[in-house]
Amino acid sequence: MLKQALYGLAMASFVLTSCGGPAAESGKKATSGALSGSAAEKVYVAPGEYDEFYAFISGGFSGQLAVYGLPSGRLFRVIPVFSQDPEKGYGYNEETKPLLNTSHGFVPWGDAHHPDISQTAGKVDGRWVFINENNTPRIARVSLKTFETEEIIEIPNSAGNHSSSFVTENSEYVVAGTRFSVPVPQRDMPINEAKGNFKGSLSFLSIDQEDGDMDLAFQIRMPGFDYDLSHPGRGKSHGWFFFTTYNTEEAHTLLEVNASQNDKDFIAAVNWKYAEQLIAEGKFEEETTNYAENEWDHHTHMATTTMKKKVKVLDASKIPGLVYFLPTPKSPHGCDVSPDGEYIIGSGKLAAELTAHSFTKMLKAIEDKAFDGEQYGIPVLQYEAVNAGAVKNPGLGPLHTEFDGKGNAYTTFFISSEVVKWKLGTWEVVDRQPCYYSVGHLMIPGGNSREPFGKYLVAMNKITKDRYLSTGPEVCQSAQLYDITGEKMELLLDFPTIGEPHYAAGCPKDLIHDKTTKLFKLEENNHPYVTKSEREAKVVREGNDVHIYMTMIRSHFAPDNIEGVRVGDRVFFHITNLEQDYDVPHGFSMIGANTAELLIMPGRTETSMWYPKQVGVWPFYCTDFCSALHQEMQGYVRVSPKGASTPLTWTLDDDPLQ
Amino acid sequence: MKKSRILMIVGSLMLLSLFIYPLWNIQLEAPQYPIPLGMYIHINKITDEQPHDVKNINLMNHYVGMQEIPEHMLEFDLFPPIIIGMAILGVLIGFKGGYKWFLGWFILMSALGAAGMYDFYLWEYEYGHNLDPKAIMKFINPDGTQMGFQPPVFGSKVILNFVAHSYPATGAYTLLTGMLMTLIAFFIGKKELKKT
Ligand SMILES: [Cu+2]
Repeated sequence: MLKQALYGLAMASFVLTSCGGPAAESGKKATSGALSGSAAEKVYVAPGEYDEFYAFISGGFSGQLAVYGLPSGRLFRVIPVFSQDPEKGYGYNEETKPLLNTSHGFVPWGDAHHPDISQTAGKVDGRWVFINENNTPRIARVSLKTFETEEIIEIPNSAGNHSSSFVTENSEYVVAGTRFSVPVPQRDMPINEAKGNFKGSLSFLSIDQEDGDMDLAFQIRMPGFDYDLSHPGRGKSHGWFFFTTYNTEEAHTLLEVNASQNDKDFIAAVNWKYAEQLIAEGKFEEETTNYAENEWDHHTHMATTTMKKKVKVLDASKIPGLVYFLPTPKSPHGCDVSPDGEYIIGSGKLAAELTAHSFTKMLKAIEDKAFDGEQYGIPVLQYEAVNAGAVKNPGLGPLHTEFDGKGNAYTTFFISSEVVKWKLGTWEVVDRQPCYYSVGHLMIPGGNSREPFGKYLVAMNKITKDRYLSTGPEVCQSAQLYDITGEKMELLLDFPTIGEPHYAAGCPKDLIHDKTTKLFKLEENNHPYVTKSEREAKVVREGNDVHIYMTMIRSHFAPDNIEGVRVGDRVFFHITNLEQDYDVPHGFSMIGANTAELLIMPGRTETSMWYPKQVGVWPFYCTDFCSALHQEMQGYVRVSPKGASTPLTWTLDDDPLQ
Repeated sequence: MKKSRILMIVGSLMLLSLFIYPLWNIQLEAPQYPIPLGMYIHINKITDEQPHDVKNINLMNHYVGMQEIPEHMLEFDLFPPIIIGMAILGVLIGFKGGYKWFLGWFILMSALGAAGMYDFYLWEYEYGHNLDPKAIMKFINPDGTQMGFQPPVFGSKVILNFVAHSYPATGAYTLLTGMLMTLIAFFIGKKELKKT
């Protein structure tokens, strides 16, 4: 087996050298010289002007979602999603902590993968970005009004939530699939009995069109393969969802070899409209499970966790017509659907060609029962009956394809480190450009929709080595921007990314820029501990709990002197930012507090918990440079010994409040 | 009815537009405020131009010790009955009075308007000069006197990092139009009398 692996590697290097290799051909300094001037002009966004597109790039193992502008490649914001972010108090303050709850308890970190923008009628609409967490399976919904995480829902009966989080063309559903099949329900059993006993789950989460609220509508129970990526049908194929599979060998160890044996794995075509019908007719099993649904409330400005115990299940092995397998060469990764919904492109990672299946042929094959056996009761369609064509010898290690809406497709090749442009229907290669280095996914704004904006292409690279100033053993990963308006692609720009840029989603700025929230209205703040004016500020003792109702406005806290707190107390600072002006957040930090700062937007209330451990007078201050008197924005808490009788007082300018 | 009387009645009724439209607009522009902070002065209230502007103007002004823009002033009680009174008087004159009364009404209204502007100036002076002795930032004029922050009655003026713009708003124009109509009513009324 090891021999085979070595052979594969040798093959790879052979093809790399024999086809000239893009790196050898164009060289590293491809953009220098006459072209560089025009490339600079194309990415230059003058001071005070706006980028044309938003790009939401996954932060990979940072757990977050980064927001960039295109074509400038400027980073605007890192939205905390699956990982705590002390800079913003995210996952540290009492309001956001519940967002990170799971059936395993509080999980402070996540592995963010595939952002996808909500769609209406097959077009990106700029309402929400969905993004999946691979490690502890979850899907998050980020608002594109506030650029904040509004909901995180855990996916039960799943592991390695990778073939996720892609939305259907009217945002009916966002999906999640199992990468690491597991016992369902989980149980104590020998690992080497995995084959036939482990299961996969494809989860469909419904989306409320008003507030975006996600609900686990149903799960489809699948054989224990690895479900790698997925994309929705669109247009004529709307109602279907396509998932790539690998490890159809169902290996449980040394997968790099043992899961690379089958000549063909599958793309699973799921008829979700039919699934929806079955659910409506009550033809499902209800299983007991346990998962967390964490939701942000816009009125109380806080998240709550609900543990859910039931899931509706459809068993693909027992329901004819629900799922079909399309044979696809060699561990396909990307599973991408052309803008018209006709072609399903499977990127066989280890294959010598790129496979295109035809949706029309697939329907015909189903009708004709052109089957080539079955797997666990699921029909396997004949390869020839569904295949539309293949791009021959396109490069090495194809991963992912997107479209420009003008009949062209663009595929990344990890091993040969390049982007290849080819034509849908004729399958001829039109152009190839090198990537620096080892490109994973690529993104064309709207490239996963009926109407791509085929102007720029962003390639996301795993390796950068010598591309940037050196920063020790760990160097950044990187994105590369190409102009795709011409026949040939033109590399315009390199820009570093946070974490690992697995995938991205983009859309024109007009869908978002003018619609964002500027501040939160104080009169609509229904936080249970809100303080809407300085006169209402107070300190309340409940046993050992001390609740401080505090306000902040340029440039003071109210109260800013507090006495009567004792060692052993648990102190809650409930702080309301009274500002009602755009871009005037205030921060809060308490000396020695075993937590992060608060960073409070105008009109919002946030809570920091503090355990005073030492007698003394301890200062707190504003951490965000809010005004000319920012340095004066500070206060003191007097901490008396345990059992002391210091009266509880709270003052501003030595005057009692209230 | 005679043209002059219609003009007189409509012109004086236009005073009532002041219950809908603001008289004056003051805007404060600064590098940090590419969209200026602004307030509208009505006969009975002061309102935001953009949401929360008055609150934010107060916040800015507290650094130099200026008082908050009052939610209530004596003028808010006085102006509405005066406006209603003048409108009723104008309508009555329009129906019953001779053309000379039209001029009389116009002169009275002009005098009241001038008094109003003077009052506005006095309020602005007080607002810009009555500073908290504990003000965070104190600014001294080159001649050693305390710097004031009075916005202009009419026009634009640099005040520290702000440029203040003070100009009539819709209500001032409808008021002036109405008054102009009563003046025209006077001249037409005079002509009409000669013809008969
Ligand atoms: Cu501050």
